[in-house]
Amino acid sequence: MNFVATYLLGPFGEMIAYPPGVLETVIAGLGNGFLYALVAIGFVIIFKSSSVFNFAQGAMVFFAALNFAAMLKLGVPWYLAGAFSLLVMVVLAFTVERVVLRPLVGQDGLSLFMATIGVSFFIEGFGEALWGGDPKLLKIGLPEDAIFTIDYPWGEALGLDIIIQESDLLAIGVGLVMVLGLYVFFQYSRVGRALRAVADDHTASMSIGIPLNQMWVVVWALSGFTAFVAATVWGTKIQIEPTVINLALKALPVLILGGLTSIPGAVIGGCIIGVSELMFETYWGQPLFGGATTEWFAFVLAAFFLLFRPQGLFGEKIIERV
Amino acid sequence: MLYRETGVFHGSYAEDQRVFKLPLDRYAVWILVLIAFLVIPLFASNYVLTDLLTPFLIMSIAALGLNVLTGYCGQLSLGTGAFMALGGFMTYKLVTSFPTAGALFGIQLPEISILGFEPFDIWFFVMLVATGLVTAVVGLLFGLPSLKIKGLYLAITTLAAQFFLLWLFIKVPWFTNYSPAGIAPAPPQTLFGFSVTGAASPVVNRYLFVLALTIIAALAVKNLARCSFGRSWMAIRDMDIAAEIIGISPTFAKLSAFAFSSFLIGIAGALWAFVKINSVQTDAYGILVSFQVLFMVIIGGLGTVLGSFLGAAFVVLTPILLNIGLTAMNPLFVAVGFGTISIAMIKHIEFMVFGSLIIFFLIVEPHGFARLWQIAKQKLRTWPFPY
Amino acid sequence: MKKTWIASAAAAVIAGALVAPAATAQEEQYFPLLVYRTGPYAANGAQLANGQIDYLKLVNAKGGVNGVMLKWEECETEYNTDAGVECYERLKGNGKVAAVSPFSTGITYALLEKVVADQNVLFSMGYGRTSAADGRVFPWVFNFPATYWSQATSIMKYIIEQEGGVENLNGKTIGLVHLDHPYGREPIPTLETLSKDMGFELLLYPVPTTSMSDQKSIWLDIRRAKPDWIMMWGWGAMNPTAIKEASLIRYPMDHFIGNWWAAAEVDVRGSGVPAEGYLGATFHDVGDAAPVFAEIKEKVVAAGNGTGPESEIGEVLYNRGIANAAFIVEAMHTAMAEFGNKALSGEEMQWGFEHLDITDERIAELGLTGVIPPTKVSCENHEGSPAIKLQRWDGSKWTIFTDWIPAMNDVVRPLVEADAAQYAQENGITPRTCE
Repeated sequence: MNFVATYLLGPFGEMIAYPPGVLETVIAGLGNGFLYALVAIGFVIIFKSSSVFNFAQGAMVFFAALNFAAMLKLGVPWYLAGAFSLLVMVVLAFTVERVVLRPLVGQDGLSLFMATIGVSFFIEGFGEALWGGDPKLLKIGLPEDAIFTIDYPWGEALGLDIIIQESDLLAIGVGLVMVLGLYVFFQYSRVGRALRAVADDHTASMSIGIPLNQMWVVVWALSGFTAFVAATVWGTKIQIEPTVINLALKALPVLILGGLTSIPGAVIGGCIIGVSELMFETYWGQPLFGGATTEWFAFVLAAFFLLFRPQGLFGEKIIERV
Repeated sequence: MLYRETGVFHGSYAEDQRVFKLPLDRYAVWILVLIAFLVIPLFASNYVLTDLLTPFLIMSIAALGLNVLTGYCGQLSLGTGAFMALGGFMTYKLVTSFPTAGALFGIQLPEISILGFEPFDIWFFVMLVATGLVTAVVGLLFGLPSLKIKGLYLAITTLAAQFFLLWLFIKVPWFTNYSPAGIAPAPPQTLFGFSVTGAASPVVNRYLFVLALTIIAALAVKNLARCSFGRSWMAIRDMDIAAEIIGISPTFAKLSAFAFSSFLIGIAGALWAFVKINSVQTDAYGILVSFQVLFMVIIGGLGTVLGSFLGAAFVVLTPILLNIGLTAMNPLFVAVGFGTISIAMIKHIEFMVFGSLIIFFLIVEPHGFARLWQIAKQKLRTWPFPY
Repeated sequence: MKKTWIASAAAAVIAGALVAPAATAQEEQYFPLLVYRTGPYAANGAQLANGQIDYLKLVNAKGGVNGVMLKWEECETEYNTDAGVECYERLKGNGKVAAVSPFSTGITYALLEKVVADQNVLFSMGYGRTSAADGRVFPWVFNFPATYWSQATSIMKYIIEQEGGVENLNGKTIGLVHLDHPYGREPIPTLETLSKDMGFELLLYPVPTTSMSDQKSIWLDIRRAKPDWIMMWGWGAMNPTAIKEASLIRYPMDHFIGNWWAAAEVDVRGSGVPAEGYLGATFHDVGDAAPVFAEIKEKVVAAGNGTGPESEIGEVLYNRGIANAAFIVEAMHTAMAEFGNKALSGEEMQWGFEHLDITDERIAELGLTGVIPPTKVSCENHEGSPAIKLQRWDGSKWTIFTDWIPAMNDVVRPLVEADAAQYAQENGITPRTCE
């Protein structure tokens, strides 16, 4: 009984006792979730068309942010700096595809995965060698303050005292725009449709004249672009230093939940992970387990889901034949 | 012609089943082992022994462990770091709770000493085996999802083990005997009357101790891979459904691979704490370690004992040697007008070169260093007339 | 063919590197510097390293320590324990070691036994294992001028004063935002003891090392729990994030106290928020008023020999780097008075450290007024007489606003001795007697 009281009644009681707290946590969790999703989308774009599990996505986010921040530090106006780092990302993505992955075509997934970890090491070293290893600020005037609802007439009228970080709203907004933009791109543009064809069947798409090599370059450039966007949003929250790369790890459970091939899945997965890990940390982890449960919660949750759906929440059913 | 297989005949079943069937191989391995045991301790400096060779050997044990799981049984794991940590903490708990056999069984082992050699002083070895058994059981538990989940998906569940276990060691003060900072000191241990761990023990003792354990581990893996265990692992790896149809139990094969792999990894973790860093702390077993061991296995060669050693040597030694080499080359850089390269820059270059080398080796030899040895053997076999 | 050429060249370089360090001049004292200039802790680590090296350069520019020149080598640890141990082993044989300062509690713990075996002094100035203050169990480790436990009690004293007495603490809550790393966990036992004695509630907020820049949940929680005071045991990229998040939730900055590793210029500037009123502990003054800085500017920087950017001279962590080097050099002076003017062995350095007695006059003579506190070390007590000052960030710089606040030695010392005794028992060490 004691157990139930501590671990179930307590936390849920607290939620019921102070509902605005739940709202606050959910919004903050969504902000995190969309950030994870922005990284995860980069994974999905590449995995979908070339079955490469690109672990370097986190390092690419770091590299984009590093270029951007270093240019700003040199006094370059933000739009030029942004354009420059976007260009660098596209070039980098192109190079990785040409130099690393092209020679590895046909190898098993594990080798490709390991190669992208190698890329991740290289990018980290390369970025820091270029711009120095000290943490940098990436400030381009995006909103990063906090909104206290109680300061506003409507908040006061509702008696709602919660805090919403503008960077969370930004992440949510940018994430939605990204998903919408990518949807339109894949659905209506010529290249996008070609990419979907490639994703469905390599050989068939080649036979109808889709240049596979060019398509992969497009795909990598696209993931470089998403890395750049993720970096810009991330930069409003924190300094740019190598722990940003760990983001790539958090994107893994997101991918598992969302399925490796679905962009909306990545967003939904991101939201589930972002919200649930923050809720767990706030109501269980911090008061009952000594905190820092965000370290593992996402992974344990993903593992738990996998036990029931081994192909992920939105993944296609795996059919095995001998 | 240098490497001959012809003219070697096996007269009995036992001879046919030897680990090294060729006398040439056998002699080569014996010579290598003798060099490792006798020559290296005589000539290598303390730094080479403690910080190059000992870590290489310890990580070889870990790589052997992961190779059982990933190389032989085909199950991907990113939880190696956590199982190493478990090994470190369990050994610490065991040796502090039961410092002697007497503390556990109430018996006193006889103290016989012949020139400093005490044949009954094997308690630390027993504790290491006990640690291995504990990690094997925990590894088995975390291996349960493998019955349902495969490939990269399984890697995610092992990541859950990685992060959860490390968090647990930090949050539960019991693991460190309530030490204030959550770091346990690794008390010095003896074996056969010789001090084998701790900073005060002679460097050579530590090296030989780890070397002996490494050789035992290598022999164990080599032989397990040849018996029914190994064959069922490989059947599961090559095609699990087909293996199941011909009557191999996937449950048994996968779980035994997890258990045995964790056993070795746990011991490697214990050695890392006791021999290398003289303290048990979660920092030394982060996710990076998991990746490193996976690198060793893949770059070295999946499913080969030799590959585990080559991979461990590459991953452990390359960064350190690069760092030392670049630092030593500084006068050269100054001479050509680059100026001194800062240690930060050296670190960055080290990252770049290491990353590039990984990619390079994956491209030129996706089957790992062990495969290069196969190719070399073929060359030697046909030398000097390759056609 | 080409491949073999490259391979043999590489082999030659590596072999050369392994052999090269053997040659060292006789009359030089060697400083193995374990530093970190890359990674998430780089901003802090670089300043510490630059301060140390600039001071060593200054000593050399003035003719060395009684004629004994100083020599140093850096090794990058990235604040990582494995790398730190490797660095220590790599450097320790390259000369007569003055003292080792790893600037990481994790590395300090890993070296505790090694320095005993190698007979080198481990000088963990204001970090590392607190119970090493018990010189009977840890003869080779020194952690003056103050330890984390002392620091925690000193900060508590300030809080008590602000609250108007111990009795007012009853029912108050104090939060500890700490790095979930040996360093961040060090003060917890002391604070727990105090919380029992004084009746305040202690809330712990661990920040994992792998995601130091994601502290959202912690600060949402703090906003709800509204602790009356917050202490921070942070380092590296964690500090700016915490300061920013605190200012986002509008936590009153004058109730937010960083420890001495969480209150530097880089921390506040990195946060990108004004953070006016943020408090920090320290054991030395801020700014470049002391004569030693003018000397460094004149003899080191003007000679084109400065290690880091000139702007950082006089900043908190740079000054602490100077303090670290100055303490070691002063221990050399002390030892030389006993053993003569030569490069000192580890044992002689240990004697020097143990007999350190740095008075205000001596500090003034060295031109270090305000850079190092007066310190007296003994065989039993390797911590000296711990005390801290508090500094306040006014939006652009730090200013000290209190006098020395001594630690609660009566609380800390028994804890130190108990912990040291447990260490001695587990590791089979017989504490030496101090007569």
